[in-house]
Amino acid sequence: MSGILGRKIGMSSIYGEKGRMIPVTAIQAGPCKIVTIKTKEKDGYEALQIGFGTRKEKNLTKPILGHFKKNNVESTAYLKEFLFDEISEYKVGDEIKADFFKEGEKIKVRAKSKGKGFQGVIKRHGFKGVGGATHGQSDRLRAPGSIGQSSDPSRVWKGMRMAGRTGGKNITVSNLEVIKVIPEENLILVNGSVPGPINSIVELIKL
Amino acid sequence: MVDLNNVLPEQMKNDIPSFKAGDRIRVQVRVIEGDKERIQIFEGDVISLKGKGSNKTFTVRKISSGVGVERIFPLHSPTIAKIEVVKEGRVRRAKLYYLRNLAGKAARIKSKS
Repeated sequence: MSGILGRKIGMSSIYGEKGRMIPVTAIQAGPCKIVTIKTKEKDGYEALQIGFGTRKEKNLTKPILGHFKKNNVESTAYLKEFLFDEISEYKVGDEIKADFFKEGEKIKVRAKSKGKGFQGVIKRHGFKGVGGATHGQSDRLRAPGSIGQSSDPSRVWKGMRMAGRTGGKNITVSNLEVIKVIPEENLILVNGSVPGPINSIVELIKL
Repeated sequence: MVDLNNVLPEQMKNDIPSFKAGDRIRVQVRVIEGDKERIQIFEGDVISLKGKGSNKTFTVRKISSGVGVERIFPLHSPTIAKIEVVKEGRVRRAKLYYLRNLAGKAARIKSKS
């Protein structure tokens, strides 16, 4: 287990074997800095805290700046902890770049999905809507239908799927193949799509 | 921001002749049958060019035994062996979808010059 932070750049497609088109998402993977190392003796688990991106120092809070100063690392915009199997290979201040990933490797990508606002049950839960448009039915095409029984139980079950805020949640997509690594630009191309809008921060997790 | 078209230049071919909608072209397509490869020719009128960079595609329309056939090719696809421009056409649109509703003599494209 290990991982770094990246930024979603956008989608394109490249030609694979036999001229087949492969849809790819370009992700700027790093450069990430190691800010702190969590050890078994001190913290009870082994992980690396990783920083990514740049932000002006005046826009960072003093406690965060102090954290960077304590570890003698240049300040970054984002911080995230990742579990690492081999933490002894790394030391504070090391940089991890796109060549951390190998072509052909399968990774997990976790990111916040696009926010869709308040949505009905059809978009939110994949309901089919209520019946046809004839036999006197009106304004029911996208309705949820019945939400419960009668005087027994006299209430709506907990967890009943209804309309509400949709998207904007963390989504993990597993088993995405790394098609190409471009170390000069710190880019990796991953097969298929990745949650979230362009320019958003994504977590790239090695299995 | 990184421009993906600058990052993936090896995906693009640079020996493609320039052609526009209305031109008649002959596309040599590589067809793989088993372990043998041969060239198939698809000749027709270009009715649209779409997209940009390595994702650019073009649509070729021809009439094959009385039936209209359209094929969409990715411009930089490695399955395209060669593109030849047979005739340059004179048209006033970038997309010639109106040809789908025309048949026979009306569906001809005037040649340039």
